[in-house]
Amino acid sequence: MKLLLHCSIECFQFRCSTVQVCTSRFWFNYRHVANTLSIYRSVKRLGIPDSHIVLMLADDMACNPRNPKPATIFSHKNMELNVYGDNVEVDYRGYEVTVESFLRVLTGRLPQSTPRSKRLLSDDRSNILIYMTGHGGNGFLKFQDSEEITNVELADAFEQMWQKRRRPLPRVDGVVVHQPDLAIGVHLMDRYTYYLLEFLEDIHPASQINMNDLFRVCPPSQCVSTPGHRTDLFQRNPKSVLITDFFGSVRKVEITNHIIQLTANDTETETR
Amino acid sequence: MAAAEERSRGKYSASCITVVVILLGLPLWWKTTETYRASLPYSQINDLDILLLDISVPVEVVFARGTLTTEQQKKLLPQTQFSQKVNQLDDKTGFKYRYEKTYRAATGIEQDAIMGENVEVAVVTLSRVYESLAGSVVIYVVPADSQLLPQEVSVYIGKHRAAFLRSPVTGSHSVEDVLQDIDDNVEEILQTMSFTDDMVIAALSNRVPSGMFGTDTFRDSMTAFKSSLGYEITFSLLNPDPKFHNVCWEIERAVNNYVQPFLDKLSFIANFSVDSQILYYAVLGVTPRFDKTSSSFSLNEDSLPHVINPVEAKLGSSVASSYPVLNFLLYVPEYSHSPLYIRDSSGSPVESNAFHSSRWGGIMIYNVDQRQLNETQLPVAVNIDMARVMEVFLSQLRLLLGIQRVQPLSESLVQSPGNMVVTDWETDSLLWVRTVENIATATNTLTSLAQLLDEIGNIVINDNIASEVYSAVASVQRSLQELEAGRLLPAFLASKEAITSSEKAFFDPSLLHLLYFPDDQKFAIYIPLFLPMCVPIVLSLLKTGKDLKWRKKVD
Repeated sequence: MKLLLHCSIECFQFRCSTVQVCTSRFWFNYRHVANTLSIYRSVKRLGIPDSHIVLMLADDMACNPRNPKPATIFSHKNMELNVYGDNVEVDYRGYEVTVESFLRVLTGRLPQSTPRSKRLLSDDRSNILIYMTGHGGNGFLKFQDSEEITNVELADAFEQMWQKRRRPLPRVDGVVVHQPDLAIGVHLMDRYTYYLLEFLEDIHPASQINMNDLFRVCPPSQCVSTPGHRTDLFQRNPKSVLITDFFGSVRKVEITNHIIQLTANDTETETR
Repeated sequence: MAAAEERSRGKYSASCITVVVILLGLPLWWKTTETYRASLPYSQINDLDILLLDISVPVEVVFARGTLTTEQQKKLLPQTQFSQKVNQLDDKTGFKYRYEKTYRAATGIEQDAIMGENVEVAVVTLSRVYESLAGSVVIYVVPADSQLLPQEVSVYIGKHRAAFLRSPVTGSHSVEDVLQDIDDNVEEILQTMSFTDDMVIAALSNRVPSGMFGTDTFRDSMTAFKSSLGYEITFSLLNPDPKFHNVCWEIERAVNNYVQPFLDKLSFIANFSVDSQILYYAVLGVTPRFDKTSSSFSLNEDSLPHVINPVEAKLGSSVASSYPVLNFLLYVPEYSHSPLYIRDSSGSPVESNAFHSSRWGGIMIYNVDQRQLNETQLPVAVNIDMARVMEVFLSQLRLLLGIQRVQPLSESLVQSPGNMVVTDWETDSLLWVRTVENIATATNTLTSLAQLLDEIGNIVINDNIASEVYSAVASVQRSLQELEAGRLLPAFLASKEAITSSEKAFFDPSLLHLLYFPDDQKFAIYIPLFLPMCVPIVLSLLKTGKDLKWRKKVD
């Protein structure tokens, strides 16, 4: 089950932060980790820095003893692309990925000592993209084989984010398996993520593709599942929002025109 | 007989068990399973939902000798007047502000200062005469022919809290005309030196849905950081070609000389921490174009946004602090790309050779003087002129902290703050806006928290959260009172306390609703425990009831 949620607030300048969670353990859930890492790679390519990404992986596939190609994770059966790469920054790994830590990241209720890399740094002018992948069913998503997160808890978390001005725009879909790989022996990727990645790979900083195109990425004919989306909470017309705008990779800059005058090495400070 | 005894014993035991369960069991179960929720001042928080700010700005208008005739002076001075303006944004938020103008004649010392010829000296003397409170403004009306101000200038705004106005009053003015003329000029000056309507509306923006704003000031406020309780300022030197340029910058001395006094002045607004780093082999992500006519390289205004992201990944930052970071980068282009200029949309090079991005920081490109490169020994030593660099960085820092650029009035001159970096009235302006913003955010947070705790009945509310909430509510109320009385500094400090307490309460780690059990799960736990026990008791009670009814019928 995959959940791709876009949260957005205002029309003007914004940055995007993302939370990416892979909730499955064990080697046969290889494809979930590959999904998450592929999306992570695409999102970084679109310009979002590591400081704005919270990546949670429940298991380590790259260094799993069953991995025939250690230190790599592939998302395509031709083994073209090693999505693990050299500069992956995993913020929550292994048993740190729990429902509690996920909800704490979303609502910001972390203990004081939590380092910056484990926090979701966003404010009232950010978009938040939440990507969750794992096993689930009607109204819940399984976390690490021992607990689950219900849709009510997720809705509560979003309610609190709304209160602090991070409003959600949910989009849910179902899971289908896509490509088995015979060498590694497990499925590599799911259909939805496959088409989504194809879509995202085509985007470069000057592209004019808008949000509506994103919603049309996975039609039922190709995906054999039911992606849905809601736009009523989004304050702008999706057709008018560029993907690059939404993902915040293009900053607004201003030329510094007005400069103050300083006297070199002057100690004339008015003490009053 | 035995059967009847059995039956009656059965009835008594069933009724006793029921009585014990109801009188003892139920209250005990209720008490032991309720979540601890400390009491919160819900009604006071509800009151704060409707915010009607009442701001008062104390103004003194001082008339120098020679500006008014004796008759006008006798009728006019001293007196106090108010002028008020109301602005209701929506049914929950609005503000009104008044200028409390006190008109009086100049004292001896002030008169001497005004009679001088150098306005800057006059500003310094007058600022030493008496301490002006934060938020207050003093306007000196000087004679129309005074030599104090330059010829064409009719308004001079000093770098502390005083302004000079060339008198528009003539002898033939009636008292009402005098007041009218002076008031018009005074209002214009006050809009510059304290705050404009747009600034307050922008500060209240998170209480009011967007779409209601004017253009420029809102965009300016978007440039600034939303009030943060602290900032981490990082100065970075980027040297892409260390084999060629051996760049050294005396950053510590520059920070101590220029930056630290500025930050100390603003230290009551936020906590600042400054650090610096040098990055080698760091290149800009954009290739500059070569311009044949000026034989220099240039970066267009359009390509500037793409410079920041690649370089941001390489910047280090302190792990410990959770304050937002403001990055100031100084880029020394490599020899093959020197000199490098930033060109604006009309194609002319930008004087500062720098640009900034809101909520992030600024980048300046420092071109090394090519004439120094006659030496054949590599690497060439480059000494950076820190004063020039700090001028640009401090201007950017001012903008990023929210110190607005003012629209110059006609025929007016604004004194530059010099090494003070920020004038007193600019600080006041910042304080007005910050106070309003803090109050808006704190009330928002408190009402959201109250709403949340109301809706999710299972969250435990500890005592420390309750005390923070009480303290936040008290601070907001105190801040509103101080604003009404016109005392800006206490109002700001109270609003800062309010926002600290309310954020601490809202983001307390214990407020996670892990005690949440959906109702079906609650039933799933209780039913296997209580149902087997209750069924025989309920059945025997029913039987007892039937027996009584039957007996009554028989009797």
